[in-house]
Amino acid sequence: MQGFHAMYRKEMGHYFVSPIAYIVVGVFLILSAFFFDVILSDVIQQSFAMQMQGMPPEIDMPGEVLRAFFGILSTLVLFITPMLTMGIYAEERKRGTMELLMTSPITEIEIVLGKFLASLTLYAIMLLPTAGCVIFLYLHSDPMPPWRLVLAAYAGLLLLGGSLLALGTFISSLTENQLIAAVLTFAAFLIVWVLDIGRNTGGDVTNALHYLSVVGHYQDFTRGIVDTSALIYYVSFIFLFVFLTVRSVDSMRWRRA
Amino acid sequence: MIEVEVKNLTKAFGPVTAVDGVSFSVNKGEILGFLGPNGAGKTTTMRILTGYMPATSGTAAIAGFDVFNDSLEVRRRIGYLPEAPPVYPDMSVAAYLDFVARIKGVPAEKRRERVGDALKKTNIEDKRAELIKRLSRGYKQRVGLAQALVHDPEVIILDEPTVGLDPKQIIEVRHLIKGLAGSHTIILSTHILPEVSMTCDRVVIINKGKVAAVDTPQNLTSRLKGGQKIRVEVQAPAKPLENLLAQIPGAHRVNVEQARADGRLTATVETAPGQDIRSQIAAKIIEKGWALFELRGVSMSLEDIFLELTTDDAAHAQPAAAN
Repeated sequence: MQGFHAMYRKEMGHYFVSPIAYIVVGVFLILSAFFFDVILSDVIQQSFAMQMQGMPPEIDMPGEVLRAFFGILSTLVLFITPMLTMGIYAEERKRGTMELLMTSPITEIEIVLGKFLASLTLYAIMLLPTAGCVIFLYLHSDPMPPWRLVLAAYAGLLLLGGSLLALGTFISSLTENQLIAAVLTFAAFLIVWVLDIGRNTGGDVTNALHYLSVVGHYQDFTRGIVDTSALIYYVSFIFLFVFLTVRSVDSMRWRRA
Repeated sequence: MIEVEVKNLTKAFGPVTAVDGVSFSVNKGEILGFLGPNGAGKTTTMRILTGYMPATSGTAAIAGFDVFNDSLEVRRRIGYLPEAPPVYPDMSVAAYLDFVARIKGVPAEKRRERVGDALKKTNIEDKRAELIKRLSRGYKQRVGLAQALVHDPEVIILDEPTVGLDPKQIIEVRHLIKGLAGSHTIILSTHILPEVSMTCDRVVIINKGKVAAVDTPQNLTSRLKGGQKIRVEVQAPAKPLENLLAQIPGAHRVNVEQARADGRLTATVETAPGQDIRSQIAAKIIEKGWALFELRGVSMSLEDIFLELTTDDAAHAQPAAAN
């Protein structure tokens, strides 16, 4: 397991000196704060409008804000993760360090898990400041919404992000070119996104596709519902793509030098 | 005691066979040189030995472990420097070497010592805190060498270890390699012929994926010493001189060098073992009325042997066709 630990440390070290990581995280946080502001103002205006009309404000304002906020976050994550994953394997192959790793007594599983968990850690660190917005909301809500709501939402976001990272990392292992990896990952994510948009039109096919949608399963988490089937879906998704990445790394031995 | 055993190793990339039935063995503590032109199959052979890629057929074993079936065991016992040093530009030299020590399985308590030792042996201690991307080519190469040594492996495989180094550094590296022999087994590949005769105990000459010769540098020189090389200095036009020399029976590989300012040409002629055609050469040149300034036999160097063994057969056919 020393190999795994070494990979993880190295990857984390690289994220800290990588300009791309800082830019991506920075952009994400700025946009998420901006959208939080927009959502908050929007929901407040809605509730005022309803009061003016004499309707009692039965809407659960904090809940609505949270649901919309985490919805936006998932979209941001969808657009941002390709930038984080594109270089994970492409860089190693371009630099020739893949040859070092593959001729050292470290297994493919250790390499893949080290890289994946490091990317997941970076992702979690990226999400951390968004809790600031959430705490702000909580402090100004009376009564405070249950904490389980927020925990469920973050759990969903982590699972969603983990899945996207696993998929993006797999794609990165297929090519030496970071740009191609990024483009293919974007394409994959867009397809995934579109699958989700289609879900409201109904019909058996769209329902089946919706089940496969990575984003679809996330919706319930934002409402505070932790559905076991969604958990299983995400964990399986992550396992699948981590497994495929291990196979892909192994197959690098068979590709022409 | 045999440390590395390669039997009938073959590697095909689709229709192209890069390594074709290569067999050789390396004794413990020996330095084996791999000599061959570009594309001969040296790097591919090394990549198979280090477990980077599998062979199409044949076997290779290091320290008794098969490189394919017991790959992890083999990888624990080898240090490898590929053609381009596998370094991470954003890491400092010491951090990089620590990382390599970790993935090579060096236990925590030994790591500092081993990294320090590798830095000292390759003479890069003063660069230990420097970021690798800021190092010159030569220093990067030495970092690459250091990572091959950091875990003190039994077998060290080096692909062109002195490339990119200045003459002083080259001497240091050769000294280092010679110093490692005995307690380590070393396989190195190179284009640089003097390097082979200076550092290696034995040489494998490889061409187009096949082994052309396996022997000590001294044996190779004496084996082919029968063949002679004759050098002439003549005042003559180049093409007619070349044709004249090529037509002499027993001559193969005539090489006429560029004319000097005063019109004198130097030409070399190689002959098969046992034939002395010096008198014919002298006679033919005088016959033509050209001025002959020098005529002498030169013994074949390793370079000549290398070229002899690795040149296409087409070049040999040329003098025959000229007849």
